[in-house]
Amino acid sequence: MSDQNTQAAHPPAPAHATADHHEHPTWKQYKWVAFWLTLITAVEVWVYYTPFKESSLFAPTLLVMSAVKFTMVVAYYMHIKYDHWIFKRLFLLGLSIATVTILALLFLFGKLKIGG
Amino acid sequence: MATTAAPAPIGTHAGASYGHGEPTGIWSWLTTVDHKRIGTLYLWTALTFFLVGGIEALIMRMQLMGPNGQLVSAEVFNQLFTMHGTTMVFLAIMPLSAAFFNYLIPLQIGARDVAFPRLNAFSYWVYLFGGIFMTVPIFFSAAPNAGWFGYAPLTTMQFSGGLNIDFWVIGLQILGISSLAAAFNFITTIINMRAPGMTLMRMPIFTWMSFVVQFLLILAFPAITVALVFLLFDRFFGTQFYELAAGADPLLWQHLFWVFGHPEVYILILPAFGLASEILPTFSKKPLFGYNVMVYSGIMIGFLGFGVWAHHMFAVGMGATADTIFAMATLLIGIPTGVKIFNWIATMWGGQLRFVTAMKFAVAMVALFTIGGISGVMHASPPTDLQQTDTYFIVAHFHYVLFGGSIMGIMGGIYFYFPKMTGRYLSEKLGSLHFWFFFIGMNVTFFPMHYSGMLGMPRRIYTYDAGQGWDQFNWWSTIGTILMFVGAIFFIINFFKSRKAGAIAPNDAWGAGTLEWSIPSPPPDYNFAQLPVVTSRYPLWDLKHPEMTADIAHSAPDEMTITDSHAVPMHEETEYKTAKELGIPMPFPTIKPLFAALFLVVMFSGLIFIHVGMFALAMTITIGGAALFVGTLYGWLTSPLE
Amino acid sequence: MATAVAHASDGHAGDSGHGEHAHYTTTGLEHRKIAIWAFIGSECMLFASLISTYLIYKGRSKVGPMPHEFSCKVSNVVASTADGVAALGCAAADVMKPILDIPVTSQSTFVLLMSSLAMVLALEGVENHGKPGYDRWFKGSKFWLAMTALMGAAFLGYQAYEFTAFVHEGLTIKTNLFGSSFFTLTGFHGAHVSAGVLWLLTLLAIDMKRGLKGKNDVLVVDICALYWHFVDVVWIAIFTLIYLIQ
Ligand SMILES: [Cu+2]
Repeated sequence: MSDQNTQAAHPPAPAHATADHHEHPTWKQYKWVAFWLTLITAVEVWVYYTPFKESSLFAPTLLVMSAVKFTMVVAYYMHIKYDHWIFKRLFLLGLSIATVTILALLFLFGKLKIGG
Repeated sequence: MATTAAPAPIGTHAGASYGHGEPTGIWSWLTTVDHKRIGTLYLWTALTFFLVGGIEALIMRMQLMGPNGQLVSAEVFNQLFTMHGTTMVFLAIMPLSAAFFNYLIPLQIGARDVAFPRLNAFSYWVYLFGGIFMTVPIFFSAAPNAGWFGYAPLTTMQFSGGLNIDFWVIGLQILGISSLAAAFNFITTIINMRAPGMTLMRMPIFTWMSFVVQFLLILAFPAITVALVFLLFDRFFGTQFYELAAGADPLLWQHLFWVFGHPEVYILILPAFGLASEILPTFSKKPLFGYNVMVYSGIMIGFLGFGVWAHHMFAVGMGATADTIFAMATLLIGIPTGVKIFNWIATMWGGQLRFVTAMKFAVAMVALFTIGGISGVMHASPPTDLQQTDTYFIVAHFHYVLFGGSIMGIMGGIYFYFPKMTGRYLSEKLGSLHFWFFFIGMNVTFFPMHYSGMLGMPRRIYTYDAGQGWDQFNWWSTIGTILMFVGAIFFIINFFKSRKAGAIAPNDAWGAGTLEWSIPSPPPDYNFAQLPVVTSRYPLWDLKHPEMTADIAHSAPDEMTITDSHAVPMHEETEYKTAKELGIPMPFPTIKPLFAALFLVVMFSGLIFIHVGMFALAMTITIGGAALFVGTLYGWLTSPLE
Repeated sequence: MATAVAHASDGHAGDSGHGEHAHYTTTGLEHRKIAIWAFIGSECMLFASLISTYLIYKGRSKVGPMPHEFSCKVSNVVASTADGVAALGCAAADVMKPILDIPVTSQSTFVLLMSSLAMVLALEGVENHGKPGYDRWFKGSKFWLAMTALMGAAFLGYQAYEFTAFVHEGLTIKTNLFGSSFFTLTGFHGAHVSAGVLWLLTLLAIDMKRGLKGKNDVLVVDICALYWHFVDVVWIAIFTLIYLIQ
């Protein structure tokens, strides 16, 4: 939101001049995304019922899987990957401040320890 | 498409008001979607609330003038300080800033309106009804009474059983909707409605600071929304978020509130910074010093503002690590703020200074904010803060910031932009009196509070005993408040008199350099007959005083591609033609935003009846209000804008 | 120095979507799309506050039921006394039954994820309205809008089932901190889904009446889709953070 150069770096190319004619994810991509979403969800639930659940790596593994799903939906279904950079910035600004706030609050309430 | 023909003599629009073929009746105000009229409504309403909040402060100061004051009871005093804080923050300073957002942002970026004109009207009406909802109970001694920060569990049913807090919780929730709706609107407007050639780094600083503020609003308000929802549920539906007996954490509210509360501080001050940054260059006849640094430090302040909230909570014992992190972040935020102060000073350095009233306010703002900033750096350090927290020292600090900073800046803005809004100057003579009474009064009020605070006088006490060394400081504080009231009276006289009889102001009332001064005063409803093409930060100086902008970056004409048929090179517009004559489509006036706002407030206010045991009635009003609101919304969204 | 004079050939300025006039916009983007992304950014903070509260209060409830398997060893109980154990209502058994029903929630999660697929296909249908191949019912926007709304409603059905089951097991919004924060968080999400279903049904009604087609309709459906997918990603986070991780 702040950078003039980023804006200047985008010439008034046709791709941005009319917002609706941007590149699009395709039918095929949509279905692959759905496939991976289903698969990852299945793995998440499966892992929940295995002894791996007791491992200290369980939570981080699940967080990574959930982050992958999150990213896929945002990138393809919300087509942020193909859209104007302004939308990406607006979303990432909110998302990053929200994430940092969650982490800070968890730390302050003793749910996270700095350095493990 | 008419062009500006032979330049008409500037400043001949006698009787300047909203009378250029535009309707002026009350209905036209209720249905308006014009950002300038909505800005004007914000201004009047917010000034009224400012007066209300001031009177609340005056009563408190009268009570505290000497030891053992008997003017009001402890309970009324609680309501007074709560409503004083709530009113000044949410009903006066924020909406005063909103008045300028509304009036100025489209004019400064060269747009004909905001992105969503009807949403804009909706924001205003929600603010008005929400403000009334929260203020009226004070006449029945049922106003909120737990401080503007409403700490839970103090505000839970167990400790605050009356209706007072209900009005506060619901009222703030309503006002949050108004702020959020407005913020989405202005973000879109600034991103998408800038005139050709106005890159982000050519936007006037006021617009830049407002842009940052809108992001603070949309990211800070959700936190308090959630905190308020918890409190609402605790009070009405028996949840246990703040129920200590059930294992709740007494700090949950404090954290969520200050996650919002600290960015809120910047929401209050950045618009005033922006206004001062418009005034100082104009009356120094120099471009703003270090424009880029001003922009980046504004963004820095915004970002860092989200990482310092716990400095309001050093006294609760968060532990050394947390204290250290938040203290360092807080000290860090002093850097971009200090940078701004030096830039303002450098702007004035070597300039041809003209001390009109607006300039006096702006300079005073820089000076007084610096004092408040320095005392702020003092209690950024936890050990120092433990001595100062909850004393009058803190009261002194944030009044230097919010009165000395925000209000002085906004007052400067009013003197500066009044000619643009009305076509007439405010009287310099009365303005000067206003300024000096405010300036002296504010220092006489708040400076002694540093001392009474250091001597241990706690905040929010309704009375105190003699012999603790606080007496004379309190006496002075009260005298200062009276002086400020005298100043306010001069302002009111000035405001009403000058509207009708002030000296006529031309387009460019002060010789400023930004777009809003290139169109008539007051501007026609479409603002710009033709969109100007901007080639630098001070387009009007480019046109009239090219020597003043010789040192700043320009884009050469051949690098400009003017693809829009409406855009023409930078020019002054002096003619009043109607939008119809010019063929400019204007949004239809509509009453729907007002009704949508009304039903929304009805929906929320129904909840009050749960507390008095009328559950069925409460649900009827709430669900009825919600249904009417959704219905109005459908009607609104399916009717054409223009 | 290049300038940002991107030109909007057909900007639908204003909040109604019926603007016919070519309004100049700086970026060439639609106002409404910028606004919805700003709104989504803001919603991130809303759910962040709700999720933080849930996590902060996790394990702090003084009475059951608890979300996950809970061992009634005295050391696990907040009060750390025999009384505290008794208050939890689990003195009889060694291990308390977890209340969260993973199999059922996995199904509802799957349904919501698939509704996002239906949503992109609905948008695709509107974008390609009238093109060859898109006139078949299973490629058109009406079918997929209806499917999206249906799956959204199914998700709400699962949620209603879950809430009712919890109440039967003695967990209400008033019972303990877990109940308060769980019902508020998932209830907020459910309210978002409900609003989305209403929005989808409105679009479906318009589609039935006059057919969704053309630039402005694509935008209107796109905005609804962005909202819908966002509600979906919030659930992706909730499912992992609240249901799966103990
Ligand atoms: Cu602060």
